[in-house]
Amino acid sequence: MKYEAIIGLEVHVELATKTKMYCSCTTEFGGDTNNHCCPVCLGLPGSLPVLNKEAVNYAIKAGLALNCTINKETYMARKNYFYPDCPKNYQITQDETPLCTDGYIEVAGEDGEKKIRIHRIHIEEDTGKGFHRVDGSYYDFNRAGVPLIEIVSSPDMRTPQEAKEYLEKLKAILQYVGVSDCKMEEGSLRCDANVSIRPEGSEEFGVKVEIKNMNSFRAVEKAIEYEIKRQIKAVENGEDIVQETRRWDESRLETVSMRSKEHAHDYRYFPDADIISLSVDDEWINRVKESLPELPEQKKTRYVKELGLPEYDAMILTMSKSLAAFFEACVAEGGNPKEVSNWMMGELLRTLNDKMLEIDDVKFRPADLVKLIELINKGTISGTIAKKVFKEMFETGNNPEKIVEEKGMVQVSDEGAIIEIINKVLDENPQSVIDFKNGKTKAMAL
Amino acid sequence: MHRKTIHEIRDLLRKKEVTAVEVTENSLKRINEIDDKLGAFVSIEADKALEAAREVDKKLQAGETLPDLAGIPMALKDNMCMKGTISTCSSRMMEGFLSPYDATVVERLKANGAVIVGKANMDEFAMGSSTETSAFKLTKNPYDLERVPGGSSGGSAASVAAGEVYYSLGSDTGGSIRQPASLCGLVGFKPTYGRVSRYGLVAFASSLDQIGPFTKDVEDCAIVMNTLAGHDPMDSTSAKVEVPDYTKFLTKDIRGMRIGMPKEYFGEGVPEDMRKCMMEAIDVLKSLGAEIKEISLPLSEYALAVYYILASSEASSNLARFDGIRYGYRAKEFTDAIDIYVKSRTEGFGDEVKRRIMLGTYALSAGYYDAYYKKALRVRTRIINEYKEAFKEVDVIVSPTSPSVAFKFGEKTANPLEMYLSDIYTVPVNIAGVPGVSVPAGFIKGLPAGLQFIGNYFEEGTLLKVAHAFEQATDHHKVRPTI
Ligand SMILES: [Zn+2]
Repeated sequence: MKYEAIIGLEVHVELATKTKMYCSCTTEFGGDTNNHCCPVCLGLPGSLPVLNKEAVNYAIKAGLALNCTINKETYMARKNYFYPDCPKNYQITQDETPLCTDGYIEVAGEDGEKKIRIHRIHIEEDTGKGFHRVDGSYYDFNRAGVPLIEIVSSPDMRTPQEAKEYLEKLKAILQYVGVSDCKMEEGSLRCDANVSIRPEGSEEFGVKVEIKNMNSFRAVEKAIEYEIKRQIKAVENGEDIVQETRRWDESRLETVSMRSKEHAHDYRYFPDADIISLSVDDEWINRVKESLPELPEQKKTRYVKELGLPEYDAMILTMSKSLAAFFEACVAEGGNPKEVSNWMMGELLRTLNDKMLEIDDVKFRPADLVKLIELINKGTISGTIAKKVFKEMFETGNNPEKIVEEKGMVQVSDEGAIIEIINKVLDENPQSVIDFKNGKTKAMAL
Repeated sequence: MHRKTIHEIRDLLRKKEVTAVEVTENSLKRINEIDDKLGAFVSIEADKALEAAREVDKKLQAGETLPDLAGIPMALKDNMCMKGTISTCSSRMMEGFLSPYDATVVERLKANGAVIVGKANMDEFAMGSSTETSAFKLTKNPYDLERVPGGSSGGSAASVAAGEVYYSLGSDTGGSIRQPASLCGLVGFKPTYGRVSRYGLVAFASSLDQIGPFTKDVEDCAIVMNTLAGHDPMDSTSAKVEVPDYTKFLTKDIRGMRIGMPKEYFGEGVPEDMRKCMMEAIDVLKSLGAEIKEISLPLSEYALAVYYILASSEASSNLARFDGIRYGYRAKEFTDAIDIYVKSRTEGFGDEVKRRIMLGTYALSAGYYDAYYKKALRVRTRIINEYKEAFKEVDVIVSPTSPSVAFKFGEKTANPLEMYLSDIYTVPVNIAGVPGVSVPAGFIKGLPAGLQFIGNYFEEGTLLKVAHAFEQATDHHKVRPTI
């Protein structure tokens, strides 16, 4: 029998606000242990949370960028559970009234463009971090209370590749609108996956398994891939799929059972009376709407229509905000869009890929790339030499003219100038001339 | 001197007939003399109090005009945080909790030169109506040391009634200021929910808690409210409603004021001697020219049930932070984190607190949430509407504060339900979120009884006006216990 996988993703994203969700402590990464804390984020007796308006702004921004409806009347709720990294032993989040609902992201998909629906986005707070040492457990609450949004997709993805594409697109959009830096390594983007399988053609959903602890987009793809195979194998062996939470083990490349549904928490959600309910009016929403920058889809269309780029190039260049920004800076410096695109899509992205680097790591300036293209167009250097110059630019960050000059990589087309150079070279290397005349070919290497 | 009011001491200070240090020393001396048998305080901050008094004297000497409360000794209920002092909520669970910050009310008091002499005993985490659930000690009623002072702010009430301090702050979640004020012959004020900041008040039930004063008369109450009331950016539930000068309302003129008498509050549950006392009080109001109207608040009978579901639900979550990990009591022996939680909370909390945590946890649990918590919320909305409707007809509502005068220790501890009934007339006020005040209305067998006035949202002024007019027409507030 052929099986179809049903995949949904729950993504937590740290908002890039300056202060925490319910107090005025800094959200800066790092800092001495328990130094970015106050009575509120430490949950001390008597302290009260006050909702950070900027965080709400950011969440609305994310919601609009992800085509969501912004819900005008919402309230914060308490999620009750005992855990040492949670200072109040409840997390202030949203339950029945998420701030944003019913959005979508478009991904390329195997059979053309496909909409992945976003079920809801709600605002909440991060927890602290535990460190376990031989002499005991220690907790750092610097991250406790950092604003988060949780973005819950509908179970619309069918392949691990689609899931990865959804994540990439989501990251790009959130970075575009500037609500988060979305760094999975630093934990500012975290992803859990819900995976189930069903016989192809079936309408019913299978038993769903939640996967946690995936630390890169690649890991998400791999973990889902593994989990689908595991479930299919289990079903084919006549076993039941258990509703449970599994952990991705990066070293063993497999998912491992953490806890089953029987051990699931009853979080006893209820409205948090410490925070007045949140009213977002049209004026507020419109204000945020106007502040939204151009989104990837809009950019892509513009690149195709106004700059004449092929659809594919436009899609690649708008994949990340930084990449698009680099491209646009080149065009602003007078670069021909198609030529700039060719260099970026070719040499630049390939080099970045090879070296596992990001566009932000590039040392030379957009103007330098434009200059390089200019040098080719003027005939100063050939395409082949340009690639060498590019390599040098990439490594040193030096500008192309300087590189060409220092290394004497000029392609000269003026006949008089060539003869002059030849004579100069011959004059400076009399021995070589003699050698050449005597039939030794090595001198040609000059 | 200890029998005097805030405004009397204020005038003496301004006339330089006494110094703040003398007043404070006198307070500390009185505490020293009687608190062993009264049991109003769980901790005394003599050094801090005298330092604050010296500051006030310095300014007085320099000829500065100081705020009304400057230099006047007062007590805080021990669920309010004050920087550098221990707050216990009269619970073992908060053992050694040294607050690193001031509650907003404490900040305001300090800014007004208040002399905070100590922290008053209370029912554990404000759960109770007799102060008997305190983990530390019993507080006695100054009128009869065999009897309770009421609760949960029993220490705050007893300390003022016995003249240890000139006023105190309490917190009122279901009657915890008004009921002990009634039992101790004081004025006890519960402001509109949101009128006074809750920041720094250890939460019992977030949607019901309000801080308010205990004073000997209504003028004092207005003076303290002038300092406490107002918006606080640290408490998003505190209202951005302008604060008038409450002393300006004390005109004694209540002619034509419409006072509602809800028939449900004067029904069968009111004992005959209490009813007689209340009816005499109502005659006084009539004689002052007020118009008494019988009204009906039929949903009030559900208020107590709503209260025990909502307050316990909120408490079960609010008290989750007391887990033995970061502060407070931790069990001596444990095997892991879960074991710390279970043992510390089992050993640290008293029976009444555990009862309410269990009740609240149950009401919020999957499968019960809709039937209990959500239903209670819906009834609450209806009670709120009922009060809103009533205030279209009348300016204030009058009722007994409590069905009974001070009862004996142990009389109601065996049956929690009977204890809960002490708050039957005060609880609906918290559910609706409107302000309420208890004023001395007479004595039954030598024990004080209180009359409760209930006002419309943010109409504290009207409430103080009628309470003041009533008080000034009677002598009950001039009586002091003999302790
Ligand atoms: Zn903080």
